[in-house]
Amino acid sequence: MYTQALNTAETDDRGLEDAVKATQFQARIDAEERIEPNDWMPAAYRKTLTRQISQHAHSEIVGMLPEGNWITRAPTLRRKAALLAKVQDECGHGLYLYAAAETLGTSREELVDAMLAGKAKYSSIFNYPTLTWADIGTVGWLVDGAAIMNQIPLCRCSYGPYARAMIRVCKEESFHQRQGYEIMLTLCRGSDEQKAMAQDALNRWWWPVLMMFGPPDATSQHSDTSTKWKIKRFSNDELRQKFVDASVPQAQYLGLAIPDPGMAQDAEGHWRYSEIDWTEFKQVLAGNGPCNRDRMAARRKSHDEGAWVREAAAAYAAKRAQRHTAQAAE
Amino acid sequence: MATANIQVSETPLVLYALRRADDALVLGHRLSEWCGHAPMMEEDMALSNIALDLIGQARELYSYAAKAEGKDNDEDKLAYLRDVRQYRNLLLVEQPNGDFAQTLVRQFFYSAFADLYWRAMMNSRDTTLAAIAAKSEKESAYHLRHASEWIIRLGDGTDESHERAQAAIDHLWAFTGEMFAVDEGERALIHAGIAIDPGTLRGRWLTTLSDVVGEATLELPQNDWMQQGGRAGRHSEHLGHLLSELQSMQRTLPGLTW
Repeated sequence: MYTQALNTAETDDRGLEDAVKATQFQARIDAEERIEPNDWMPAAYRKTLTRQISQHAHSEIVGMLPEGNWITRAPTLRRKAALLAKVQDECGHGLYLYAAAETLGTSREELVDAMLAGKAKYSSIFNYPTLTWADIGTVGWLVDGAAIMNQIPLCRCSYGPYARAMIRVCKEESFHQRQGYEIMLTLCRGSDEQKAMAQDALNRWWWPVLMMFGPPDATSQHSDTSTKWKIKRFSNDELRQKFVDASVPQAQYLGLAIPDPGMAQDAEGHWRYSEIDWTEFKQVLAGNGPCNRDRMAARRKSHDEGAWVREAAAAYAAKRAQRHTAQAAE
Repeated sequence: MATANIQVSETPLVLYALRRADDALVLGHRLSEWCGHAPMMEEDMALSNIALDLIGQARELYSYAAKAEGKDNDEDKLAYLRDVRQYRNLLLVEQPNGDFAQTLVRQFFYSAFADLYWRAMMNSRDTTLAAIAAKSEKESAYHLRHASEWIIRLGDGTDESHERAQAAIDHLWAFTGEMFAVDEGERALIHAGIAIDPGTLRGRWLTTLSDVVGEATLELPQNDWMQQGGRAGRHSEHLGHLLSELQSMQRTLPGLTW
């Protein structure tokens, strides 16, 4: 589903690298060339991307849980099939992204283990619960909407495998977003109870969604390295503002109120939002969100309970290879 | 607030479509329970994919049952507003997922049957059922291949996986007989060329099972005792819980558009 601006500054270790190669590398980036897996790259570039892509992959996989929570309870067969297909897409994104991260030299197993050990982050938005069916609409509309806002610039990311993955992911996310909005539209055109359900979901998700774009630029710990390397092309606040400007008319069309009484449109047409509660964001990042423990417990449970299956598959593959070798020798 | 069950006029054709629809929905629902919780991401994808195929089959069969009935029922009313005694699925498909071996053995037993069944049904004189069969046959062939490969991996993998796979076979075997049973209403449809006699598929089904189970170094049980009842709405205790989850929204907020 989505990665957020969680990356902290990376120590610039180019001093250890060949200065000439580093200059050539930067020249390629400046010329908007794509960096490919076998190309020379600074260690810090590799590390930053490995972390960002794997965080993104973890987010897709953990993100299956809040939406998966409604697959068995979707209100119609059409909704059930669409939601199942959507969550399956998220898994596909995860696999795709782990594969992109692997091109940088770290295996999927290592990346997954780091996440299960609590050493790697995933998007904080998935630490919020999906309480009603309207949450499925809201997650599609806003969470996927925020993801698209972040990911479209990543389609032009300097690292080729990530950029190409993002092109496909964005297409699917865009479909998910429309699907989510259509759920909201159906609710808002429905009974009073359904409208109330939609408003309640928006009330709970709005602020956490704004937090998805990461800390405000003024306090962001980001160095400008990601910008210089053309991994990141817009600041957190720029993307957040774009998202808000796109979302307000959509909420108005639904007849829903954004839960921000202080919100107003400025002279340039931008919807200016009130101060975000960054204490909540920090608490969720620190593991104290409503579902952090549940999400990690669910991922660890699947991983642990699936260990014997993965071992069996590996054992069988080894036996088969051995038999083939033995047959070939005969 | 709760919604009463709908009533369905179960003519032989309506009942026939409904039984197959219930099989597909209940099994699809069970598989969807794995989504996000499978032993590996590839299986999250595969099991979801199979679930989607089955839910798709269920939708077509429910729609056809509703059309054949000719009242104001539709796919959602048939799925969401019948209770456990009105559901007509095989006992096999409602059995809980258990561990991965149990899920895959359940799938293997069912898909080995469905593959043969849908292929035979492509010759049905009922053009709608023949069309549904043509689509389902392709899907079932893939489901069977996926399940067979896993049975072999698990059976011929580690000691633990072998034991788990054998335990699942022993546990689920008694639910397989129902797939081949026929009642009077179905007998009439068979005579009319609308349905096929599933009894004629049993030999080939057993051959598929023996081949795969043999390669997996596992064994089929000798026990002939078979559980019956699903087709007549006499289910295991598991189905009621599945339906209470599946139907929760339509039961608590009835009559709305979602």
